[in-house]
Amino acid sequence: MRRPRHKTGIILAALGALWASAVCADLPASRQSELLHLLDQDCGSCHGLTRRGGLGPALTQEALAGKPAVTLREVILHGRPGTPMPPWESFMSAQEADWLVQVLIQGKTGAR
Amino acid sequence: MRAELFHSFLKIFLSLIGAVLVSACASPRGTGDLGIIIERASGSVQVVETTHHTRLARVPGLGDLSHASAVYSRDARYAYVFGRDGGLTKVDLLRRRIEKRIVQAGNAIGGAISQDGRLVAVSNYEPGGVKVFAADTLELLADIPAGSGDSQRRSKVVGLVDAPGDRFVFSLYDAGEIWIADMRNPRQPQVRKFTNVGKQPYDGTVTPDGRYYIAGLFGEDGLALLDLWQTEKGVRRVLDGYGRGQQPLPVFKMPHLDNWAQANDIAYVPAVGRHEVLVIDQKNWTEAGRIAVAGQPVFVVARPDGRQVWVNLAPPDNDTVQVIDTLSLKIIRTLKPGKAVLHMEFTPRGEQVWISVRDEDRVDVYDTDTLERVASLPADKPSGIFFSARAHRIGL
Repeated sequence: MRRPRHKTGIILAALGALWASAVCADLPASRQSELLHLLDQDCGSCHGLTRRGGLGPALTQEALAGKPAVTLREVILHGRPGTPMPPWESFMSAQEADWLVQVLIQGKTGAR
Repeated sequence: MRAELFHSFLKIFLSLIGAVLVSACASPRGTGDLGIIIERASGSVQVVETTHHTRLARVPGLGDLSHASAVYSRDARYAYVFGRDGGLTKVDLLRRRIEKRIVQAGNAIGGAISQDGRLVAVSNYEPGGVKVFAADTLELLADIPAGSGDSQRRSKVVGLVDAPGDRFVFSLYDAGEIWIADMRNPRQPQVRKFTNVGKQPYDGTVTPDGRYYIAGLFGEDGLALLDLWQTEKGVRRVLDGYGRGQQPLPVFKMPHLDNWAQANDIAYVPAVGRHEVLVIDQKNWTEAGRIAVAGQPVFVVARPDGRQVWVNLAPPDNDTVQVIDTLSLKIIRTLKPGKAVLHMEFTPRGEQVWISVRDEDRVDVYDTDTLERVASLPADKPSGIFFSARAHRIGL
């Protein structure tokens, strides 16, 4: 009786680990390209295609230097009241916002 | 000797034939049915012809064209394209090439051409202000820094338009001001400032007769209105509190006030943070109604005869275009052209409308009577579409 239960536990744990690694590691390539597209085109309409700013501030590697990643994620997800920056949480998960923050901080360019 | 003579005769003969052939190819034509399509990601424009829906040429090398716009010279031959990167590019529609290009600021948003066609003005975010250039040579004539009051901080400039009397009118986004620059002496503009017009004017436009300048406000519900025939009366707030105190919805793309949509003394503007088009009675500048649409409106444009108003929407509803009938104020058709509809431009008399569908890499042409698609042209991430008929309209 005990053994099978134990086995189920191992399987569940393994599945959990798999799930965790899937989330923490890179997002699926298709989702990555969707997010990069959103970054270039939709974020780009206020922050510039080249991220050098517009109505919104510049989002270049240099401009973001020293800004905590968690703050950037919160701004993406919840916006900045009193400014035109809207909350993007209906477009992406917190993990996906984290991934976008890394793209910005590392100055990676998308496939424009 | 003889052979030499024969040779030179042959040369002259061949070059004559060549000249005849060249002139045959470049037979004279007008520009009234020409226009450009901005290809925002590749920094190019397409030169198009609306009579047969033809792509005539692609002109590359215009820099960062995210949020680009254009105005036309009074002979409708040259398009002045304002790029995000501060680039000002003069494109020759007939030779289909760049005539001249300068980078005049770090970050720009749009521009205007003066009533007499001699001056081109650009509104800049960085450094905030307006620069004025000679339309023929693009020589800098005047620099108007947008610093408000005693503050050294410069404001981003939006909503720059031309107005009769060789004036440029524009709004200061950060400072909440409207300025009129009288350009009769181009090197010494006379600037008149109107302060406290409202929070965060995001764009401005002028009525087709050049009388009223209207700035849309982002930071509060309402519009700022300036009567350019009676500037001494100052700026009035109209339609204030149209949100009735309700929390605005998130705006995933700023609305635009490209050209003033009006018909029969009624005007149509996008509400900010509401899924509505506001209807304004222009006789007394009060609200005459509102029309629910499928999302946050971005462009609200009237067919040239005013019989219809077409609306595109911000993400996530940017695959949709809605057509409003201006007699009944009802939506008569909801179109789904495709992902990321960015702009709509009517042919000069409005029988067709060209619609850029960015993520589908297409520009679609619709018949405005049947509301059916009649043509489709490939384009690389198309955004703004600007036809040469703008050359002869105040404020465009």
